[in-house]
Amino acid sequence: MTVHNSSLHRFAVFTVLATLGLVGMGGLVTSHGVGMAVPDWPTSYGYNMFALPISTWLTGGIFHEHTHRLWASEVGILTIVLNCWLFGKKSRRVLIALGIVLLLSGIAGINRPNGLQSSLHIGIHGVIVLIATFFWPRCEPASRQLRVLGGWATVVVLLQGLLGGLRVVLDSQLVADVRLGTVFGIVHGCLAQGFLVLLAVISLMTSRWWQFSGRAGSPLPADGAHGVTRSTSLRRWFLFTTLLIFVQLLIAATMRHQHAGLAIADFPLAYGEIWPDMSAEAVASYNLRRVEVTTSNPITAFQIGLQMTHRIVAFLILLAVWLCAWKARTIQSIKTLAFVWLGLIFIQVGLGAWTIWSNKAADVATAHVVVGALSLVTGALGCLISFKRKTVSASASVVDFSETKMADRVSV
Amino acid sequence: MKLNQTLAALAGFAVALQLASAGNLTGKVTLGGNAPAEKEITPLKDDATCGKLLGGAVPKTKFFVVGANKELADVIVIVKGLEGKSTGAAAAPAALDQKACEYIPQILAVQTGQKISVKNSDPVMHNVHTVPTAAGNKEENKGQGPGAPDLTFSIPAAENFLKFKCDVHPWMFAWVTAVDHPYFAVTGKDGAFTIKDVPPGKYKVVALHRKGAPTGVEKEIEVKADGATADFVIEVK
Ligand SMILES: [Cu+2]
Repeated sequence: MTVHNSSLHRFAVFTVLATLGLVGMGGLVTSHGVGMAVPDWPTSYGYNMFALPISTWLTGGIFHEHTHRLWASEVGILTIVLNCWLFGKKSRRVLIALGIVLLLSGIAGINRPNGLQSSLHIGIHGVIVLIATFFWPRCEPASRQLRVLGGWATVVVLLQGLLGGLRVVLDSQLVADVRLGTVFGIVHGCLAQGFLVLLAVISLMTSRWWQFSGRAGSPLPADGAHGVTRSTSLRRWFLFTTLLIFVQLLIAATMRHQHAGLAIADFPLAYGEIWPDMSAEAVASYNLRRVEVTTSNPITAFQIGLQMTHRIVAFLILLAVWLCAWKARTIQSIKTLAFVWLGLIFIQVGLGAWTIWSNKAADVATAHVVVGALSLVTGALGCLISFKRKTVSASASVVDFSETKMADRVSV
Repeated sequence: MKLNQTLAALAGFAVALQLASAGNLTGKVTLGGNAPAEKEITPLKDDATCGKLLGGAVPKTKFFVVGANKELADVIVIVKGLEGKSTGAAAAPAALDQKACEYIPQILAVQTGQKISVKNSDPVMHNVHTVPTAAGNKEENKGQGPGAPDLTFSIPAAENFLKFKCDVHPWMFAWVTAVDHPYFAVTGKDGAFTIKDVPPGKYKVVALHRKGAPTGVEKEIEVKADGATADFVIEVK
């Protein structure tokens, strides 16, 4: 039996938090409409990205875009370290190699333009990784499941970096009259949240609670009797609702990457109506009346339709999460999570309304992205827990089952 | 050789004759209805570096520049039917400045092939990013640091309101209309315009305003030796 590795779990949680911050930073880039503030990639204004002089970096959208790139590189390193850690002591050599590569590339770049800044940045990271190898991966490898997830995390983080780069490099290319910058922006934004979910799953599965709950002699509370009978319908609802949130994410990312500002400027009504006029004349008049400060693309009937769909799906999500919380209210292992989820959805609806009332202020819109990401993660973890509960319960003794039914009748 | 010279002389004479008989098209553009209120550019005020260049005043959007008697500035008036006569390659360059993190002017009209030189008067980095929609015009995106030499652009194909933007400062826009002949003008603050030396004939004339009439308001006129006049009203419904 494996001993729980609490440092590994803490590191995984730290990586999740760093990634949530990165999602927020990426959200700010799109909210401010500054995805192209640094027009080249992987270089930044011709410099190796770690060498971009600080005086250049701290202005306007360059600040958001460049910070996003630097932060992303940190998350990349954290993810690789997490992956190695999950593989246990065997991967120490990989980490040592990573440290040496970082250190040497730091030294190698010192003569390039503004090389000292870059060398310090990369070199210090190399040294940190090298020092870390003395303390960290001395543990046994984690379960095969976790190692596979760790491997995927590395693949996704690298892919995500590449997508972010292609969003910049291919920005102006058109495919079927759609800018590739838009397409890659949407995919980059959605995969970011998928990556966050993946890391959150790793965190959950490395937790003490996950590894010990349901086991004989576990010091932690397992589910009470109610879990078994309710689980099938609850699981389905959790899964359905989480998928609905993912659909909402796709709609939202598409809306945000139009860079056209608010398609509908009022809420709860839409252009003063329950259902807005989407005829060509109406849209032309909306555009004429709009006074947009940063988002200069005209709005279209498609965008108005998308915004209405977003509002309807939001309402459905609210109902579905409410139902999940109601169904979960007596189930020990998932009750708290379900109510946190419902709380997040209420906050999210509020932030959505505020996004409109603030005329899509960048900070408010970005908070809406971050809480959306948290809602998706919470749903995904809820699915995982409810599915696990099934397997754990199924392996419980048959005698328990009859008791379960009795108890359930009483409580209903 | 001699024949060529004779032909050239004849051509020159013809042009001179045409100029002599060509008249000016003048007119005035006014706004009908009420324009929506302009907004303060708050992100410009809030920007750490650009905010310092303002000297207190917060600039507003300039969608409808309207005078006391509804005279409308920034309207582009173009004579139609003279396409393909661009003299842009030989024309003096048009100027676009980036000052206190805004484009000056924000509405500009040039000939196709005419040089547009873009200056950075600010102590901050800008990038000049063109977003054309007409076939034949290519998207460009060039960084321009403080004190960097002027950048030169030119627009090969005719296009209305080609967007120039800065991605560093997402409120910075200029809208450049490229016409493939020299017979156009932009209205000033008094709403007036003058298109010089239009060859006599019957034409359609179009008045374009980026917000109020993005596809234009048309009028038919006849230009005689002593010119013509055409007034336009841009309606905001
Ligand atoms: Cu700028």
